[in-house]
Amino acid sequence: MKYVDEFRDGELARNIAANIAREATAASGYRLMEFCGGHTHALSRYGIADLLPASVRMIHGPGCPVCVLPIGRVDQAIRLAREHGVILCTYADTMRVPCSDNLTLMRAKSGGADVRMIYSTQDALKIARDNPDRQVVFFAIGFETTTPPTAVAVKQAAAEGLKNFSVLCNHVLTPAAMHAILSAEGGVALDGFVGPAHVSTVIGSKPYEVFADDYGKPVVIAGFEPLDVMQAILMLIRQINDGRAAVENEFTRAVTREGNLKAQALVEEVFELREVFEWRGLGSIPHSALKLRPEFAEFDAELKFSINYVTVRDHKACECAAILRGEKRPQECKIFGTVCTPDNPVGSCMVSSEGACAAHYSYGRFRDAA
Amino acid sequence: MCLAIPARIEQLIAEDSAIINLGGMRKEVSLALVENIAVGDYVIVHAGYALQKLDQVEAAHTLAMFAEMSTMNDLHGDEA
Ligand code: SF4
Repeated sequence: MKYVDEFRDGELARNIAANIAREATAASGYRLMEFCGGHTHALSRYGIADLLPASVRMIHGPGCPVCVLPIGRVDQAIRLAREHGVILCTYADTMRVPCSDNLTLMRAKSGGADVRMIYSTQDALKIARDNPDRQVVFFAIGFETTTPPTAVAVKQAAAEGLKNFSVLCNHVLTPAAMHAILSAEGGVALDGFVGPAHVSTVIGSKPYEVFADDYGKPVVIAGFEPLDVMQAILMLIRQINDGRAAVENEFTRAVTREGNLKAQALVEEVFELREVFEWRGLGSIPHSALKLRPEFAEFDAELKFSINYVTVRDHKACECAAILRGEKRPQECKIFGTVCTPDNPVGSCMVSSEGACAAHYSYGRFRDAA
Repeated sequence: MCLAIPARIEQLIAEDSAIINLGGMRKEVSLALVENIAVGDYVIVHAGYALQKLDQVEAAHTLAMFAEMSTMNDLHGDEA
């Protein structure tokens, strides 16, 4: 496929790997965080870690949307479906996130709750139009990539006067999570970030400048293909070698400094900052998530059904919290691959293919064994 | 859910939608988040929406960058 295959070319991969090997010579090594779950997936799937010299260590970040969703948020969705009898619409990945009482949305569905998997927010609107006498709630999750589609749906619902549609909003912000990682006391030591692909198509490269300017951490935005990630790693190594900290963009084919202004304007119109939002692993972070503006309050499921958020602790053996902070690796969790597997996930990082545990289970563990 | 790939615009349908070709599979996407899209453009699609137009000139630059040899510690003096 055009714009896919060329960016996976083995010959070019070897060239970039050779450049990395030649240049990654600092004795102190390179501790690089790939923020985004899509990059975690690419690193594992294409065995990029095997192509990197020992001096380069990749640390998984918290940029996997279902991974950072705390149990209490999925509980809210389940309560809506089971106690309020709504049609709950959700993206596929949230279906299997374990939450309280040994439930998942999938299990709630088998138990009779009306949970429907959708691909696009347009599907949720259609379900609302087709079921005028039922309440339809869209369980909205994700970073800045999925927020604009939710904004479009809310505006459309308002324009059409759809009274039976609302949104359980869990949209979160990438820069806020990066701040949290960098300012955590005793947190993980990092020399630079591989910046997200899709998120950056929307927000642009500008919001990362503070991490270079104020924290002195280089950021290189990378596309989602394996060669993109490798080239970004090389660009980070060069910055670190030169003692520079700047925001550079490897993904110029889709990311500009300003980002997608039309999408940003829609998000701004529909959403405002939450005072505080609790993340799995990162804890409660001020101004790190969005809620609907008062003008759109009738589409806010939390208000409409008065469902409060209640904090719930993770499974006691699960190390997702430390993994999401970059402090531990999947194989350091005692139940990794034994009790916790993609077929029977105990923690959220084993659910989505972007989760660090799932990526390591599917592609990386054979390397450990070898 | 962030795993998406660039897709070619095959046909513009209603005001804000298009049919894309994803490796032979045809699918409808919303163009509500982008502007000035024409047939033949490539877009980055995510959860049913085109998020950004792909800049084909920049794509070629990036591919050329991948092929560049490192000049650091280069004992072969390839390009000097
Ligand atoms: S292996 Fe499972 S239980 Fe352990 S940290 Fe990963 S997701 Fe959590």
